[in-house]
Amino acid sequence: MKERGFTLLIWASALLVAAMLLWVLSDVFIKGLSHLSWSFLMDEPSDSGRSGGIAPILISTLLILLVALFVSIPLGLAVAVWLSDFTEQRSEFANIIRLTLDALTGVPSIVYGLFGNAFFSIFLGLGFSIVSGGLTLACMILPVFIRTCESGLSAVNNDWRKGALALGLSRSATVWHILLPAAAPAIVTGLILGIGRATAETAALIFTSGYVDRMPESVMDSGRSLAVHIYDLSMNVTGGDDAAYASAFVLITLIILLNTFAQAGVNRWLKGRLVAL
Amino acid sequence: MLNKHIDKPVSVLLMSIAVLCGLILLLVLSFLVKEAWPAINDGAWRSFLVDDAWYPLEGLFGISPMILASLAMTVGAILLALPLGVSSAIFLVFYAPAPVGSVYRLMLNLLAGIPSVIYGLWGLTKLVPLIVQWQAPGVSLLAAILVLTLMILPTVALTSAAALTAVPQELIAGAAALGLTRKSQILLVLIPAAKTGIISGVLLAVARALGETMAVLMVAGNVVQNPTSLFAPVRALTANIALEMAYATGTHRAGLFASGLLLTLLVLLLAWLASRLRSQAQRG
Repeated sequence: MKERGFTLLIWASALLVAAMLLWVLSDVFIKGLSHLSWSFLMDEPSDSGRSGGIAPILISTLLILLVALFVSIPLGLAVAVWLSDFTEQRSEFANIIRLTLDALTGVPSIVYGLFGNAFFSIFLGLGFSIVSGGLTLACMILPVFIRTCESGLSAVNNDWRKGALALGLSRSATVWHILLPAAAPAIVTGLILGIGRATAETAALIFTSGYVDRMPESVMDSGRSLAVHIYDLSMNVTGGDDAAYASAFVLITLIILLNTFAQAGVNRWLKGRLVAL
Repeated sequence: MLNKHIDKPVSVLLMSIAVLCGLILLLVLSFLVKEAWPAINDGAWRSFLVDDAWYPLEGLFGISPMILASLAMTVGAILLALPLGVSSAIFLVFYAPAPVGSVYRLMLNLLAGIPSVIYGLWGLTKLVPLIVQWQAPGVSLLAAILVLTLMILPTVALTSAAALTAVPQELIAGAAALGLTRKSQILLVLIPAAKTGIISGVLLAVARALGETMAVLMVAGNVVQNPTSLFAPVRALTANIALEMAYATGTHRAGLFASGLLLTLLVLLLAWLASRLRSQAQRG
């Protein structure tokens, strides 16, 4: 009897969790879809975002993300490769680097916002701009990206390294032609984590890329990201809830779409490389 | 391809990039300290503790109500998320039929990826009106606790599930051989064996809850006061930074950076504890 009670309790809490989570998701999907239209995606916002659309905000979001990825992908891959293949596994120095990266992962996003504001916006004089926001996000997603890629590279079977060595390939060539393509799944995972975190970010962007909801003319302009837009609509604009839900729906869809592209893009790039060998 | 001379310069290049990335932490911390300096040097930091109110424009910097509010939210959310998360993990690992389990896991992963601002929006438009019917004003410590619970549940459930899966098969077989029922196997053998893994996941969730800004800012009401009732509006430390950075100057701005520094140190301490527990779990 007690046994059955326990089983019941476990099923009940699992159902409760599922119900709450479905409640959130269904609200966002139903309320979001009902306000969504083609013109919502294509128009400029008007009346503080109550009506009109989110076109400039979508563009700003993508530009901020582009800056962040443009900086963090090459740097991140370089560090991951160094940690996995160009340094002794037990090297004290590499461990210190790993430790600082892990510590960075835990820093709250609002603190990245403070740092980005003080360093990129004011100290480097980039002001409230898409570049400031993108660079702040790059600092934020680098640690996770590096550690994910590193674990993927380390997991590649050592026979491949020995084989490449036996063929007389330099270590750099081995990494470029064999290890990176072989670690593609981990690189995709790292990218997805980074894109998810960067696209969802609000607190780090308010004081770095700013609030301006006009169409940005260059990356030195201030640009409002989708997440900041949702925050602003729901907190500062009475009657902005419908547009906020529609933006939330777009944001979730955007994250899923970008993840799919990341998957396809990395696979294509790296497949081409393996064949070329 | 036979040219091995390329490895030396590549190695140096990669190492310099690695050092550069390692320096980011130092850069973040030093800029926090630099900007917070006017508020913490020469014993000025004491005013954070002894001042009895937060009126930065009048030079009063008492942040203890906000620290207490942040802690109250975090503790409340953990108290709810821990039992729910661990039982979800038990469900996932031991009770769920395979197809149900994979859908359940997919759902937890999806929810872990939902932006916090969307949880905030949902909390403000759905949860707060419900709480208002019960007790005004709705935006409250309770609303913050519930939204945070939703946000950290996936983390607690997924890390606990990983810890439970990692328990050696012999332990389960041994427990079954002793004739223990499934309930006793789980409560007396598996949970104790997975304890360190579960706790380290909880510490990560605590760090996330303490550092969360948007969701808390949107549903907690943001009145600076001690959290004396579940229905009272309170302001978290993180929310305070987000609310006041826009217009803060001088020592006010420095005070905000100082609270950011405090937050960072707290979260780093938690992350350090979690990683020690994890390596302990791997060894044991």
